[in-house]
Amino acid sequence: MENLLAFIATRYIYIMTIILMMIGLYALIAKKNLVKKVIGLNIFQTAIFLFYISFSDVDGGTAPIFLPDGVSATYVNPIPHVLILTAIVVGLAITAVALAIVVGIYEEYQVTGEDGLQEVMKRQ
Amino acid sequence: MNAVISQLPPLLIVVPILGALLALLLGKWKRSFAYPITLAMIGFQFAVSLVLMESVMDGEVIHYYLGGWPPPLGIELVIDSFNSFVLVVILALALLTAVWAREGADLDIVPEKRVSFFVVFQLLVTGLCGMAVTGDLFNLYVFLEISSIAAYTLVAAGRNPRSLIAGFNYLILGSIAAGFIVLGIGYLYIATGTLNMGELAVMLPAHYGQATVYAAFLFMMIGFSIKVAFFPLHLWLPDAYTEAPAAVTILIATATSKVTAYAMLRVIFSVFTLQYVTESFPVTELVLIIAAVAIIAGAVLAIAQDNLKRMLAYSSISQMGYIMFALGVANQAALAGGILHIMAHAVMKGCLFMVAGMIIYRTGFTAIRQLSGLSRRMPVACAAFALAGASMIGIPPTIGFMSKYYLVLGAVVAGEYLAAAVLLAGSLLAAVYIWKVIEVMYFGDVHDEDLGGGLEAPVSMMVPVIILAASCLLLGIFVELPLEVVGPAAAMLLGGD
Amino acid sequence: MRENVVIRTVCRLFVPFIQLFALYVIVHGASGPGGGFQGGVIFATSFILLLIAFGLPCVRGRFGRSWIRAYAACGIIIFAGVGLTCILFSGNFLEYAAIETALGIPHLQTLMIDIVEAGIGITVMAVMTSIILDFVGKEEEEPL
Repeated sequence: MENLLAFIATRYIYIMTIILMMIGLYALIAKKNLVKKVIGLNIFQTAIFLFYISFSDVDGGTAPIFLPDGVSATYVNPIPHVLILTAIVVGLAITAVALAIVVGIYEEYQVTGEDGLQEVMKRQ
Repeated sequence: MNAVISQLPPLLIVVPILGALLALLLGKWKRSFAYPITLAMIGFQFAVSLVLMESVMDGEVIHYYLGGWPPPLGIELVIDSFNSFVLVVILALALLTAVWAREGADLDIVPEKRVSFFVVFQLLVTGLCGMAVTGDLFNLYVFLEISSIAAYTLVAAGRNPRSLIAGFNYLILGSIAAGFIVLGIGYLYIATGTLNMGELAVMLPAHYGQATVYAAFLFMMIGFSIKVAFFPLHLWLPDAYTEAPAAVTILIATATSKVTAYAMLRVIFSVFTLQYVTESFPVTELVLIIAAVAIIAGAVLAIAQDNLKRMLAYSSISQMGYIMFALGVANQAALAGGILHIMAHAVMKGCLFMVAGMIIYRTGFTAIRQLSGLSRRMPVACAAFALAGASMIGIPPTIGFMSKYYLVLGAVVAGEYLAAAVLLAGSLLAAVYIWKVIEVMYFGDVHDEDLGGGLEAPVSMMVPVIILAASCLLLGIFVELPLEVVGPAAAMLLGGD
Repeated sequence: MRENVVIRTVCRLFVPFIQLFALYVIVHGASGPGGGFQGGVIFATSFILLLIAFGLPCVRGRFGRSWIRAYAACGIIIFAGVGLTCILFSGNFLEYAAIETALGIPHLQTLMIDIVEAGIGITVMAVMTSIILDFVGKEEEEPL
């Protein structure tokens, strides 16, 4: 039991990440509204970003800012931050394309839900 | 190696992106400028890829450090026999698709969107080149997403409103897959502290037993399986291929799916190594079983289709099983067959989809039963379809026969006789669905006499089809040429160097 | 849209400061947290603020479609141009040190980083603005 508590106390950030990721996946699968699906996709991606940021942390580390000579400090690992900056750009592009497609679907069929979409497709 | 060749890898990506911008700006001014620029840029990439392949033929490997930073700090571009071969194949296909799209694009793309269409087309090809040349895992993800986002946009760009829904489903599944891949990359980074593929291959063996590495492997495996539409994760593919504009279907069925398959093989063999997938974490048996199911299921589903493009899409799922089959057997002959099949499938499926697009362009027919007696109206197109179809079935001496021959050989060498039998059964099923079309085309009665004769497509669409159909045959006869590159590539993946 | 003096005045005051801060973030990218992407996004928010307070025609009038397209292309051309210049000075792509040694100018490397970041910033600013403006103003379609 104590082991479990210690595990949760030290790794809670990963557990939160997984929970967040599952919320995103749930929204992607279960939600009928296409806009909500896009939101779910964003939550899913954000969970991955948080995962990267959390494993880059170093105990007592500070922001990796260039210091003058003679001053030293422990830095957190900046590489995952940079990677995630790139991944955020990718996520932004995906969201923009997804929303553009949803707008296109709405203009074409006047629906944003999967149910409505299926009905419209059947009628055709 | 001279100084010019050593600078080519980044130019392969940077120059076409600049070209895409030029096409965007000039296309705004005068719409007809966009297409020649796109064609010139893809032609430039093809020429560069030929030069690169020529210079790595003798087993040399080009390493290029972006910004002069060696790994693990910097991003590395690597050109070796495997990826230079993939580059040449996909760029040849992209070039032919671009030629085909000169008039073929008008089929589904409204004239106002023509400029954006070719700009995104070019970005997609450039993203694929980036995926092929990069030696850095995260960079692979970024290029994968560049090409995927371009592909989502192109799939949804057609006149047909259903293409929007297909594009949206493709986007959702593709993004989940990308999420899994990037998670897997994160786990690998946790385990080793590097993202460079070469360094990972050296450092990973010390961590083989760790759960972190298992998680990384599984996440990346599932992510890539969705991206290549490996059965049963193929659900986005039939709709995307069927509803997308014809030129886009050709490009994503040939170039995109092949580069993603390349990336998957690359990650499995160059990052995790053969030893990992056969000994530490034996998944090859499982992959073999799923691949066998994919081959049969894809072919059976293809037989059941009435829409020509949808039939070809299911056939793609079946053929993707053949490439994964090589991964499951994982010996020299099978892997050579698998890499050969990457090329073979790109060539023949490109030809088949081009003919399907031409039929829609001329007659508007999408269903197989409507094609009755078409060979009398479009003799060249139907002959090309028959030739590429023969290659799809695996009739000697076509290229499809050679790749399947090596796959069967590999399976027999590995003692997997049942799996070899599945390959042959897959070929028989392919014969059923290809024959179904050929029978209607050649032996069906002509229904609509009012359509008249002389429906052959314009020359710009005809030339790529004839080139591809001829190469189905010629590459099969002169199979030593691709094998010269494929053999060393397979040996390199298996850790021969 | 109803006139609201408070919102308009506050926005009028804020926009230059947001843009100045964006430029600071871009220029600071070489030596601290910041960089082209963050700065570009902050710059784009100033246009979003303008959009909220003054409406689409005002923003479109100041930052038209063809300008956005030109800026987006221009940023990438700066980035790729710097990278290709490094190749001309017999370095690798984006290897600033090659130019520094070739020309013998000290601290040129930092300057090059700033130029590249500025290029990224311009592109990001233009693309972000175009995304938001395109979603807001579907009706006044001007096809490409």
